[in-house]
Amino acid sequence: MDITVNILLTIATAATPLLIAAIGELVVERSGVLNLGVEGMMIVGAVGGFGAGYLTGSPWIGLLAAIIVGALFSLLFAVMTLSLATNQVATGLSLTLLGLGLSGMIGTSFVGQPGVRLPNLDIPGISSIPVVGKLVFGQDPVFYISIALTAAVMWFLFKTRTGLTLRSIGDSHTSAHALGIKVIRYRYLAVIFGGACAGLAGGHLSLVYTPQWVENMSAGRGWIALALVVFASWRPWRVLAGAYIFGAVWIGQLHAQAFGIPVPSQFLSSLPYLATVVVLVLISRNKRLTMMNTPASLGQPFVPDR
Amino acid sequence: MRIELVKRPQRSALFSMLSPFIAFALTIIAGAIMFALLGVNPLNAFEIYFVEPVSQVWQLHELAIKAAPLILIAVGLSVCYRANIWNIGAEGQFIFGAIFGSIIPVLFPQFEGPLVIPLMLLLGMVGGAFYASIPALLKTRFSTNEILTSLMLVYVAQLFLDWLVRGPWRDPQGHGFPQTIQFGDSAVLPELMPDAGRANWGFVFALVAAVLVWLMMSRMLKGFEVRVLGSSPRAGRFAGFGFNRMVFFAFLLSGALAGLAGISEVSGAIGQLQPVISPGYGFTAIIVAFLGRLNPLGIVAAGLVLALTYLGGEAVQSALGISDKVARVFQGMLLFFVLGCDTLIHYRIRLIGMALTKPNGAAQLEAAPKLEEAR
Repeated sequence: MDITVNILLTIATAATPLLIAAIGELVVERSGVLNLGVEGMMIVGAVGGFGAGYLTGSPWIGLLAAIIVGALFSLLFAVMTLSLATNQVATGLSLTLLGLGLSGMIGTSFVGQPGVRLPNLDIPGISSIPVVGKLVFGQDPVFYISIALTAAVMWFLFKTRTGLTLRSIGDSHTSAHALGIKVIRYRYLAVIFGGACAGLAGGHLSLVYTPQWVENMSAGRGWIALALVVFASWRPWRVLAGAYIFGAVWIGQLHAQAFGIPVPSQFLSSLPYLATVVVLVLISRNKRLTMMNTPASLGQPFVPDR
Repeated sequence: MRIELVKRPQRSALFSMLSPFIAFALTIIAGAIMFALLGVNPLNAFEIYFVEPVSQVWQLHELAIKAAPLILIAVGLSVCYRANIWNIGAEGQFIFGAIFGSIIPVLFPQFEGPLVIPLMLLLGMVGGAFYASIPALLKTRFSTNEILTSLMLVYVAQLFLDWLVRGPWRDPQGHGFPQTIQFGDSAVLPELMPDAGRANWGFVFALVAAVLVWLMMSRMLKGFEVRVLGSSPRAGRFAGFGFNRMVFFAFLLSGALAGLAGISEVSGAIGQLQPVISPGYGFTAIIVAFLGRLNPLGIVAAGLVLALTYLGGEAVQSALGISDKVARVFQGMLLFFVLGCDTLIHYRIRLIGMALTKPNGAAQLEAAPKLEEAR
């Protein structure tokens, strides 16, 4: 029983950064912007979070720093694609490349330093209840944030007027503009929200998942988060499901390696990436469904003609 | 303050030429700020970064070694991007080219003679093209997004190479180091001028590829097809150009060139397979392609510039003790500025101070009748 609980806990920890980054990107893509810089924003969030936590000794300040750094970094993408109407694919890629470089440079002095870890929730008496206590009341704070964030985004997108407006911008920015909606302003806010989420996801990596700084520690999670959004056909609750499936794959291969299954560890390590490809194929095979769900103006630059 | 874009009636030829230079100048300014923040005198740093690495002949050879894979890969990518097909997995195709090409020197070391190198190069191209055909197949058959699949396959390729050199292909006499045997003499790509420096034939391949692809893009129907499908898929369909065929063409071409780069690098510069054979050439080549404005001849120049950023990164690391990751930062900034400056080609940029303009609607209402009068 204890082993099962522990595995479930590690799956939740592995799924949390994927979930947060993907939920943020989902909002961005719902507004019609494709930001391929998730990996870059995540890694600067990770290094920023680690650095602030390491220097101040407070993991909470670290987490806050991760969010702010991610948001600021996404602002760079927003200015480029929204104000200067640059190609979103290329700009997103360059955000990732710049983020990996910057984090590597800033992080050189952090390599090998002991980090600080966010403490798990611990309610006396309740968190020690077998099974349920640990799973529901004994996880790290970011886990609860991720669940609340998913619920909040779901409510925002489908139950509020602003959410409806945001979705309408993603489906047709020209019509939205003609109705007097400030397309660019909405998109700025969406991109910055996505950046804050990616930064938080990175902060989770360096303050909870493995509380230290390792270069390239995001290891493609930002890209997997992007794939999750497609897999989830732009629906928050499906992102939640997808993130946990991928968390399970990630943890599953680690456990398989630890058990010494007679398969080279490199093949097991490549499973999350191969799974991403397989899942993308399965979901995009149904062309009509994908067409129906994809925000119609996704990735297209928009220049208001006054 | 607000930024407003005003569409130019036609693309500006002036900015088309100038934009890479403006971008480079802005990168230098941003780089100076960065060096100053790191506590280094920017002028001193720039001399070490951009001048010293190319002040002697043998160093120019090192530059050519670094530029060759960048140019080869970027030339292929430029065709993809022109066709609006987003292959960002060149790093994986580079690795698979290296692996396929290494089959001969690793598994058949007794096979020698002048045929070895051509066969290795051919196999390298096949390997890269094979690996690129996977995202192409998935895109054409299942309309799976090629950006994500090609990128995911990079991680898989890196792990596959890691397994090969630690497992079945490891040199039994290598004291347990994760590497294959040293390639035999006939499997090593010859140097161009052995007396002057290490540059090998890979650089020649890069130049030839650039010229050939430039001819194709500017003088042949295939190049026209690429451009039409890229700028207007609908028009392309009416002209009878098949989009799926184009996806395969672009991926196979860029994959083959990346594979050629991979085997040239391993056979020329390294001499054996190791767990890591590329300092991110496949990704840096994306920057090269854009800095060269997706023009193969521009890419040759851009490849040399980006190669210099690698050498400069190594130089400041040894001279000033700054991490060589500084090279990655330079490369990333450069791409940002290039993309930003490209906006100048199609748009005029107006900065509007909030305080100076009237509320939007009022200003427009007033402006409208005046415009009528002016006409």
